[in-house]
Amino acid sequence: MFEDSNIVVGLEIGTSKICVVVGELNAEGMVNIIGLGQSPSNGVRKGEICDSEKVEQELRTAVYEAEQMADVEIRSVYLGVTGSHIRGFNNRGKHPVVSADREISADDVQDVIKNAKAINLPAENTVVHAVRQHFCVDGQDGVTNPVGMLGARLEVDMHVIHGHANRLQNAIRLVRATQLEVDEIVFNGIASSLALLSSEQKELGALVIDIGGGTTEFIVYLDGVIRFSGVLAIGGDHVSNDLGHGLKVPLSRAEKLKREYGSALVKEESKGQAISLTNELGLTLKQVNLEHLQRIMSLRLEELFEVIAHELERAGLTDYLRAGVLLTGGGSRVPGIEKLAERVFQMNVTHGHAGTVGGITTALDQPEFATGIGLVKYGSLKNRQRAPKTNLASGLKNMVGRFLQRS
Amino acid sequence: MENQVPPPQPNGKPVVKIFGVGNAGVALLDAVNTPEFAGANFVAVNTDAASLGACSATVKFHLENKLLRGLGTGGDAERGRALAEEQFSTLKSACEGANVVFVLAGLGGGAGSGVSPVLARAAREAGALVLAFVTLPFECEGNRREQQAEQSLDHLKSAADGVICLPSQKIFRLIDENTSLVETFRVTGGLLLEGLRGVWQLLERPGLIQVHFADLCALVRDRHAENAFAFVEAVGAGRAREVVEKILAHPLLDEGRALAESDAVLVSLTAGRDLTMAEINRVMDQVKRQCVHAQIIMGAAVDAALKDKLCVTIIAAKQAPASTTVAARPENRATAPALSGHRDVVMPRNRGQRKHTKPVQTQLPLTIVSKGRFDKSEPTIHQGEDLDVPTYLRRGVAMN
Repeated sequence: MFEDSNIVVGLEIGTSKICVVVGELNAEGMVNIIGLGQSPSNGVRKGEICDSEKVEQELRTAVYEAEQMADVEIRSVYLGVTGSHIRGFNNRGKHPVVSADREISADDVQDVIKNAKAINLPAENTVVHAVRQHFCVDGQDGVTNPVGMLGARLEVDMHVIHGHANRLQNAIRLVRATQLEVDEIVFNGIASSLALLSSEQKELGALVIDIGGGTTEFIVYLDGVIRFSGVLAIGGDHVSNDLGHGLKVPLSRAEKLKREYGSALVKEESKGQAISLTNELGLTLKQVNLEHLQRIMSLRLEELFEVIAHELERAGLTDYLRAGVLLTGGGSRVPGIEKLAERVFQMNVTHGHAGTVGGITTALDQPEFATGIGLVKYGSLKNRQRAPKTNLASGLKNMVGRFLQRS
Repeated sequence: MENQVPPPQPNGKPVVKIFGVGNAGVALLDAVNTPEFAGANFVAVNTDAASLGACSATVKFHLENKLLRGLGTGGDAERGRALAEEQFSTLKSACEGANVVFVLAGLGGGAGSGVSPVLARAAREAGALVLAFVTLPFECEGNRREQQAEQSLDHLKSAADGVICLPSQKIFRLIDENTSLVETFRVTGGLLLEGLRGVWQLLERPGLIQVHFADLCALVRDRHAENAFAFVEAVGAGRAREVVEKILAHPLLDEGRALAESDAVLVSLTAGRDLTMAEINRVMDQVKRQCVHAQIIMGAAVDAALKDKLCVTIIAAKQAPASTTVAARPENRATAPALSGHRDVVMPRNRGQRKHTKPVQTQLPLTIVSKGRFDKSEPTIHQGEDLDVPTYLRRGVAMN
């Protein structure tokens, strides 16, 4: 009655929309999407909340819509977070194996992970994720499970994603204010990559770029683990803003032009073409050069990819992405964007599809929902880990604990 | 003002005097007083006898009058200033004969904030080029100290030729939170010393591509500028690239933004014998790209002791707003001191470049670059570039 743990909800408070995705875990631990709610977002800039009242209103609308569609009551959510303050880096932890026979025990593994998590962060920052990569036993790299192996020195690489504590807390508090619990916060980039990537692609090495309204997240999987992640506070908003500035039209009009005529590459046939902007009576107000429109967009998107490509190069990962680049997010709907990205990255670029969940897939196979679906997927993975310990005693304890927490 | 510019030493090297003012300044002076700076004269100036007693400087000035009753200034900059004005002639005579005067001080207290602007003025009247190296107090030290420091910095900017200023608050980004208090002060002092050392090496060390005294004069004279500086070093194969990255990420240069805003930049590279032209080129290329509007002065030197280390000192001067430029210099200052016997070692170089430092009428920016809807949000800075500004504007693509 109290434990409706087969429902997993993902909530993304994005710059352009707020999106609630409801998933249901079936007996095999697979997840089906059974509901979706969304609402345009006006109180968010660059992935971070700037008008909490507005966001709260819109959040209620989206949650209500999702509850109606899925016919469930939403209690708790996995909340996606982003923003330019979020950073990822790799850290290595070391631990000497002290037992007489040099056999690595589970305790050693715990210790080395603890060491890897002990990192120097600025006082105001907090860790969002610490993801284990590979172990290294006496210099032998790429060990996935060292328990039972012999060795003198055990090391582990962690990918740590951290962000500004207060800014993260803002989003959490806002969600709590609407009587929802936050199960966990998840970096949007991780969520998107979970939705998009098959385990084979993770193994081969892939870069996922999620171009949102206000931010772009990028994340690199290699050998099955996260190797690199980051956020750039550039997104579809910037494209519209550039257009508004360059073509001297209001932002709303720029947004519309972007959707209707946008292209990531300057097309041959659009050279010298003009679009007439009309008012509601059909009278021509202004002529806009189509070539300029596409050039402005192309330059902005090209720069975005160049910045990411540069970061990858600095991390020395460019040559290892054998599964290529996957694009997602609303900002990746621009025609020709794969070609542009291929030119910058010099590798295969495709649009990602959220193929790792079941349910109302056709309606969900849109780049905008990748993060929401990924959040549900993340939640389902967490739930599966938690599943075994549901005997009566611990269940009761949990229940009491929850009541105490709420009051 | 009737003083002539004093002649440099016979070997062509300028005469340098280093002044430590106030408790912090005297402490810094002690740290500077190492064999490396053997050619300089050290002078300590303070109102506190105890701090002077412990100081290793050769010349010491104890500023004192009856009003203070031997208690020092009690943190009052006004008292410090009055005292210094009273002893103006003594200070001036102490500066006599120097080509370059460095003033080390910690602003915020009584002596440091009060005396150093007066000392800077005295030194300038004695005909020296005055560079001040100062620290601003931590925010936690309180309002009053902060105000005094701000005020004194303004005075100092108009009195000295150049001010290299280190806001202590920025140190927090360089150290981790477990650093002890003593260590923090050591780091602050250390940074300031790096700046001083950078300038000192420019003057003293024989360079392959030499920056000399005249260049330094040209860079700072009559600018009344506030300078940002950074000292970075790297070892190994990718050191040039690493150095550039460190410069662009340096907190004291505001992650490279200070470079973009500066109008004169001095870059000094020092490395072991294996310094290659390609490395110099790589560093300078990036620096040039960052500061489009600035006049760049570059120097390179080889120091065998550094082995495979590459050290880069950058001083970026930002033009102070017109209001702070007071009292134009007398005519004879405009010509930099002639340095005989020094020219022939210099590699051929564009001499015309230096002429650019004549006072130029500044232009108001005609177009205000709009960031549209991102005007009020936190800027997205990537390698010193504000990415919120439309790309086509930054790349200069014409649309018409």
